[in-house]
Amino acid sequence: MRKKITVALAATLASLALPALAETVRIGIATEPYPPFAVPDARGEYSGWEIDITKAICTAAKLDCQFVATAWDGIIPSLQAEKIDVIAASLSITEERQKVIDFSERYYQTGASLAVGQGLDIKPDPASLKGKKIGVQSGSIHQSYALKHFNGAEIREYQTQDEANQDLFAGRLDATLADALVLEAFLKSREGEVCCYDAGLVAQDDAVLGQGIGFGLRKGNPELKEKLNNAIDSIRASGEYARISSGYFQFNIYGE
Amino acid sequence: MPKVSLFAPHRLVLMALALILCLSAAINMDWSWMERYSQDIIGGLWRTLALLTGTAIIGFLLSIPLGLAQAAGPAPLAWLARGFCTLIRGTPILLQLWLLYYGLGSVLPYIPGIRQSWLWPLLSEAWPYAMVSLSLCFAGYGGEVMRGAFKGVPNGELEAAQAMGMHPFTILRRIWLPRAIQRVLPTLNGELIMQLKATPLAATIAFIDIYAVIARIRQETYIIYEPLLLLALAYLIMAGLITLGFRYLENRTQARR
Amino acid sequence: MSVQQLLALEPPGWGGYLLEGLLTSLQVALAGYLLGLLIGTVGATIKRGDNLLARDLVSIYTTTVRAIPELVLILLVYFALPEAINQLLQALGLTKIEIGGFAAGVMVIALVQGAYATEVIRGAINAIPPGHIEVAHSFGMHPFKIFYRITLPEMLPSALPGLSNLWLVATKDTALLAVVGFTELTLAARQAAGSTKHYFLFLLAAGVLYLLVTLISNQVFRYLENRTSKGARHA
Repeated sequence: MRKKITVALAATLASLALPALAETVRIGIATEPYPPFAVPDARGEYSGWEIDITKAICTAAKLDCQFVATAWDGIIPSLQAEKIDVIAASLSITEERQKVIDFSERYYQTGASLAVGQGLDIKPDPASLKGKKIGVQSGSIHQSYALKHFNGAEIREYQTQDEANQDLFAGRLDATLADALVLEAFLKSREGEVCCYDAGLVAQDDAVLGQGIGFGLRKGNPELKEKLNNAIDSIRASGEYARISSGYFQFNIYGE
Repeated sequence: MPKVSLFAPHRLVLMALALILCLSAAINMDWSWMERYSQDIIGGLWRTLALLTGTAIIGFLLSIPLGLAQAAGPAPLAWLARGFCTLIRGTPILLQLWLLYYGLGSVLPYIPGIRQSWLWPLLSEAWPYAMVSLSLCFAGYGGEVMRGAFKGVPNGELEAAQAMGMHPFTILRRIWLPRAIQRVLPTLNGELIMQLKATPLAATIAFIDIYAVIARIRQETYIIYEPLLLLALAYLIMAGLITLGFRYLENRTQARR
Repeated sequence: MSVQQLLALEPPGWGGYLLEGLLTSLQVALAGYLLGLLIGTVGATIKRGDNLLARDLVSIYTTTVRAIPELVLILLVYFALPEAINQLLQALGLTKIEIGGFAAGVMVIALVQGAYATEVIRGAINAIPPGHIEVAHSFGMHPFKIFYRITLPEMLPSALPGLSNLWLVATKDTALLAVVGFTELTLAARQAAGSTKHYFLFLLAAGVLYLLVTLISNQVFRYLENRTSKGARHA
């Protein structure tokens, strides 16, 4: 017993006093499953398109990357509080976010679409969504979009998109607004197939939805930003980007 | 230990320090968001208080039979009540809440006709789940407290009432229960504050209480600390009001004796 | 996958992942609990002492911490405390330290436990007849020796029920760390549930594990209570 206590205390003290290593870069990812981009397995390891791409970029940039799973709705504060150095969690580059953090160039592009419960006739426009229950992920661009454009609807916030999907499946939501690719993966799953259908993309609003997805960085870190930008270019040029993507998507996820 | 005056010199210094701290926080920190979100904040506070009072009342009413069953009920009932209290007290409230909301949610679509039933409008909202879960939780902890309170009422009082030919139910209503509640008031104060501290968990199932409102403000404004400080202050004030209320109640019940 | 396969200890079963989460929860709870006892002992000693200022400061600490939800404290400690510490370290010209999820979790649990433990321990020491400690003083016993030869053994019987309750609170409070993304038992269960869509199964499994911890802890504390009260008078 005493030994165990000592070990636990020593572990605490050691983790308290561990100085930050200069060489490693801590990459913040979200804890929850976000297929097809990042999915945890029973070993606590993550896989998915975004994980593969990030690893390839780390290798190209000669960075020693260490993945740190963080609650998604606290991921920007975690970056600011220096718990992580880079956010690789499908974070859209928006004007609002650029006021507080920096972004790399985009590494993929995606749209926002609406998944709707089976048997409901809902179009992805404000008039059709009036009085309907829409689920969004807290802190996401989709939340901002819904609050701005669908203010006639009842908007429910979830900590993770996975939980919003689950509530759509349970029938407690009429629709959920989220990343088109994530919804596509959900609609192909066992639950998604029976519960809901894709109502299509919402009207573009660059100010809220941003222009593509980039790595989030703390302000004032130009070297790291440049390393990441060069690495994105180099894996695209070498064909590695296309090779990884073809395992997940049938189209060019980088966009135009 | 002698009572120290509120205006002892060191306390005056502490108060002055607190005042300076508050003032510097008010001046140096960013509070510009408060006006824009004042409606949301008030709405969130209201929902937190509604959840607290609703669950505390339902939970307390449930805790009376739970306590009674354990203190004086027949063995199977006592056993059931004890099992329920152990279950509630032995697991985290967050887990109970998720089990009820997401666990049940994953089963709902397989129940035929559920969406046409009269229950559906309730089942499709978040607040009934928060209400049920937190009420059961309060009942679980309260049941344990009430058990001790019922047992603590002197037997002589009950025997005297019995000897007077009082109906057992009248004894419970007129003597046993009031005496037990009187004994339990100080503990109940603590239980109620525990319950207040459990309410923000409902934000994790999409219930928009004050915690959820503050979380959204933090998301939208990217201000990390100020909203959190306001949140902590709000809970401090609510807990303070609860304690004051109980002090008033205790004084009253004591005066009546 | 069947229930057995889902809960299997070896991946792709999630049983092992849940047990790892349980172990992490217990480690955080234990470290936080012990640190909390330390804070509580110091707090109780100060509250019984003569220093008015220190006494008031301890009162402020116990009152505020016990009134603010643990969930809010976790956010404050997780984000604000490391920053405050690092600013202080920088001001002193020292290197920054990194406070990970584990350390932050332990700190929150310790902070909360310390506030409650202060009251439990103070109450238990107050229950000791003052004569016992005075006699020890007059024999010229060292204060430290008085503490572990007289105060500690005499207060344990009356403190144990409160302390056992606090341990259970500590184990359950670790669940709240799930909200900041620290993978303990509850978050592990949620990840398993989200990945497999078997929400009911995994949340229930986690509940059973917590319940087992409670039941086993109750037995251990009951044994300890029997042992420590052996020498005590039976009132």
